[in-house]
Amino acid sequence: MNIEQLHNQYKTSLKKENRLIRFYQILIFIVFFSSWELLSRKELIDPLIFSSPTKVWHLFIQKLGDGTLLSHSGVTLFETVLGFIIGTLLGTILASLLWWSPRLSKTLDPYLVILNAMPKVALGPIIIVAFGPGFPSIISMGAIISIIITTIVVYTAFREVDPNYLKVLQTFGATRTQAFREAILPASFPTIISTLKVNVGLSWVGVIVGEFLVSAKGLGYLIIYGFQVFNFTLVMLALMIIAVFATIMYQLVELLERKLIKD
Amino acid sequence: MSFLKIQDIHHTYFSNQTAATALADISLDIEKGEFVSFLGPSGCGKTTLLSIIAGLFPPTSGKILLENKPLKANSDLSIGYMLQQDYLFPWKTIEENILLGLKLIKKDEGLERIKTLKLLSDVGLGDTGKLYPRELSGGMRQRAALARTLAVDPKILLLDEPFSALDYQTKLKLEDLVFETLKSFGKTAVLVTHDIGEAIAMSDRIFLFSANPGSVHKTFKVPDELRELTPFHARNHPQYPMLFQTIWKELESLEY
Repeated sequence: MNIEQLHNQYKTSLKKENRLIRFYQILIFIVFFSSWELLSRKELIDPLIFSSPTKVWHLFIQKLGDGTLLSHSGVTLFETVLGFIIGTLLGTILASLLWWSPRLSKTLDPYLVILNAMPKVALGPIIIVAFGPGFPSIISMGAIISIIITTIVVYTAFREVDPNYLKVLQTFGATRTQAFREAILPASFPTIISTLKVNVGLSWVGVIVGEFLVSAKGLGYLIIYGFQVFNFTLVMLALMIIAVFATIMYQLVELLERKLIKD
Repeated sequence: MSFLKIQDIHHTYFSNQTAATALADISLDIEKGEFVSFLGPSGCGKTTLLSIIAGLFPPTSGKILLENKPLKANSDLSIGYMLQQDYLFPWKTIEENILLGLKLIKKDEGLERIKTLKLLSDVGLGDTGKLYPRELSGGMRQRAALARTLAVDPKILLLDEPFSALDYQTKLKLEDLVFETLKSFGKTAVLVTHDIGEAIAMSDRIFLFSANPGSVHKTFKVPDELRELTPFHARNHPQYPMLFQTIWKELESLEY
């Protein structure tokens, strides 16, 4: 028996498996776009509604050239990132307050349930009238959609921290602030990161709906505008760009996860 | 005057339906440098008493004096507490873990830091400072927990069944280590256990608790011959099985 040889065999089989998976992933990509193109050209699907990859690509080049795409994407990205950060931060702060005062958390419990169940985008018109039809209201939409769910999830994580860690700190005479910083917060990092992942998706929803309503700038505006003038190539283009940006944000959160969580 | 004086402690746990008396009329004295054990069946209130001494919650009535001063919540870190499991923080390195107590009182720099790292090598973990708890075995982690407890230089150590989660061999080794470390620092210690052998091997005096309500049933003095030996050797001394039998019979008589 040759251990080294067996180990090499094992490594090759791993590599082969990975290569196979990567092959299928690329295959799906190619099949999806080429059949989309083909079906659209043969008019098996309505080219007016579903457009086609080449049309989207040509529009992309054109819009990139005249600079409009860059400015619209920039606006939306800025609003989404800010809405995402504000929503997560406020939600975590609110969760900390609830942990701090059990009485406050018991009092607010039914209100949190109601606020969580309510569709936040329905508040859109009120927010836009209150903050004006500009980026402050769109950012608020991006934030408000994730605050309550972040609060509930993070607060639950705070409460589920093993009480024995707190006991250790208590025997060292730690204050509640110290207990929060040394045990509660670091022990809850994995949960906070997973809410970040959920919030990436949520803040895109909030911002796009906000842009639908304000209808002045951004990728949400492009979608609504394309819909109104029946230019679905524009709608598809905006969707593609949103998909790319949302994926990049998600990857960044995963990068943060690897940095922050050591075990 | 004794070092730690426990006077007329009475404790009742309240819930909506019940008021369960866990401890009734507990009075006992512990001398400086002494190692005592609280032995008894589960539900006899021995851990409750330990928690009260640690200041985790106040008793319903009665008081506790350390060097003639009433013991409030553990504000001056005169009490060290070791739990059943190590509860090292998994996101901190071993070094950060054992410096935790000092960090909380902002003394984790300079001389105190060097002293604490020395403590780490005293418990045989000199080269593990940069590792994370998950990289250590159960016995090593419990040794690190001992170093963490000793780092703040407590006057008295409370051990809440710290060996119960370990395998037998590790447990015997760790008993010797804790015993020798505490003796060399001249620390007073209280051990809570349900293991008769462990109580005999480690302590100077044993308080046998009875349940419903928890109270001190009887006190045993461990003979000098056994006290001078390390726990491992005490277990092999001819006096050991005799005391074991006496306590065993007493425990049996508690279960009607």
